Amino acid sequence: MLEALEGSQAIARAVALCRPGVVAAYPITPQTHIVENLSKLVADGRLETELVSVESEFSAASVALGASAAGSRAYTASSSQGILLMAEVLFNISGMRLPVVLTCANRALGAPINIWNDHADSMAVRDCGWIQLHCANNQEAVDTSIQAFRIAEATELPVMVCVDGFVLTHTLETLEMPDQKLVDAYLPPFRFSRMLDPKHPLSLGTLVGPEYFAETRQAHHRALLDSVGAILEADRAWQAATGRSCGGLLTVEGPEDARIGVLAMGSLVSTFEEAMEVLPGRKKAKLIKLRAFRPFPDEALRHVCEGLTDLVVVDRAISTGFGGVLGGEVRSALLEMKKAPKVHNVALGLGGRDVPMEMWPRLLAVPKEVEGFRILDLDPAKLEPADL
Amino acid sequence: MIEVRIHGRGGQGNVVAAYLLATAAFETGRHCQAFPSFGAERRGAPVTAFVRIADVPIRRRCQVAEPAFLVVQDSGLLHIPATVDGLKPGGGVLVNSPLSSADLSAECGRPTIALPATALARDIIGKPMPNVALLAAFLTLTGILPTEALAKALAHRFKGDMLERNTKLIEAAAALVPAGAWRETAHA
Repeated sequence: MLEALEGSQAIARAVALCRPGVVAAYPITPQTHIVENLSKLVADGRLETELVSVESEFSAASVALGASAAGSRAYTASSSQGILLMAEVLFNISGMRLPVVLTCANRALGAPINIWNDHADSMAVRDCGWIQLHCANNQEAVDTSIQAFRIAEATELPVMVCVDGFVLTHTLETLEMPDQKLVDAYLPPFRFSRMLDPKHPLSLGTLVGPEYFAETRQAHHRALLDSVGAILEADRAWQAATGRSCGGLLTVEGPEDARIGVLAMGSLVSTFEEAMEVLPGRKKAKLIKLRAFRPFPDEALRHVCEGLTDLVVVDRAISTGFGGVLGGEVRSALLEMKKAPKVHNVALGLGGRDVPMEMWPRLLAVPKEVEGFRILDLDPAKLEPADL
Repeated sequence: MIEVRIHGRGGQGNVVAAYLLATAAFETGRHCQAFPSFGAERRGAPVTAFVRIADVPIRRRCQVAEPAFLVVQDSGLLHIPATVDGLKPGGGVLVNSPLSSADLSAECGRPTIALPATALARDIIGKPMPNVALLAAFLTLTGILPTEALAKALAHRFKGDMLERNTKLIEAAAALVPAGAWRETAHA
């Protein structure tokens, strides 16, 4: 049914449709409304789940870990410093190959403290061994939240659904909420093959010495690489059920013969989609929406970059002392191409700085302006000359 | 596409106002988008919220830099130049103020419609929340949606006596502004 809903409310409703057995979370801006709405659904009798109020994000993730190991469909959500406090547990969840789903309402990291949107938090746990999917709008946030459980349970890998804090979580917009029957058919009850069972005792996350550790890492790496299939399958099945696709691993739009490409993740894609039509600029350009950041879809990326001379990679996070995280990864993925486009890496919208549609024509001029990496929307007047 | 910016102070229901206006548009079959730009999250701090209404899905997610209309819930905010930044030529400004529109326009040096929204709300719903009265006046001025759509949006939040009082508040506020005065800008 078409409804006008706040992003967080829609995400909470989507999670509830997945019938999680355990929900544990600790409030942090801008994730708070998601957990608040889940609590309300429980209080109103619309969601039957074990809702665990915890005293920190470390505990929230730990409860989700334990619940999942015990065979329950487990969900948690956080942002920013909350994701950092979870970090140790996030690695444990993936290392134990537990299919937990987490919503990351993306927010900047302090210091200085900043409550607004960028991708620093999910990037900081880039290597935590989770699948990471980014959403361009709240319809994708709803659809991806549901797909996430199917992907997680098919792969026995945890899934982080990244939604831009405030820009999506606090935006009320028109979207289609699927009904319970549809979700039940799409997502059968969770049956965990390695469920903890007192009748068949087993240990998870035990000490592994040098003689086996590399092999566990290889198996985990292989599972993440192979999860590409499950991500595509989940999106295809969702499309068959609802008529909507979130774009699998990545999507590309724009004229076939364009030589410039712009690659971005998250809600910026949505703004750029409209800007392409309203402010096309003088040069033809393609827009690449990267949905899957982990597993990194390097093969699919090389395919859509065929024929491009320049690719502008838009990061919403910075690895200080290096540049854009996404930019670096794209550059390395394209090295294998015979005729790879030149990669120009910019960061935009750090700490919630507004990215207007007028940024689109500016991005198309980046190939002439930016060689390596630059924060594109800086105000030099606010900096000491030595810091430029 | 119609773009509106709402200015107020934390605690005045600015975000709720934006959500209500967008939901009212949705109730008439339009596409809508509403979101806040928070500063520090505390009562009294200036808060801005944005609303977009269109006949097609809305994809831009940037803030509204050039609104056609401003709804100002606290007239004190008119002294901050940023409040009227980017207002489109011929755009409408609706302000919660006990002054007459003529006096307020003279005071701020631009055509402005004043509505004693806080007093109306205090009288009719017993709470000094200016948002619903201002939205009713806004819809009456622009004619973009019938005020019944606002009542429908309110029905998602209130029931019984409170909903009835809010419906009365809508009627009272609508009667105080010139219907259709901003119609041309709204359809530009």
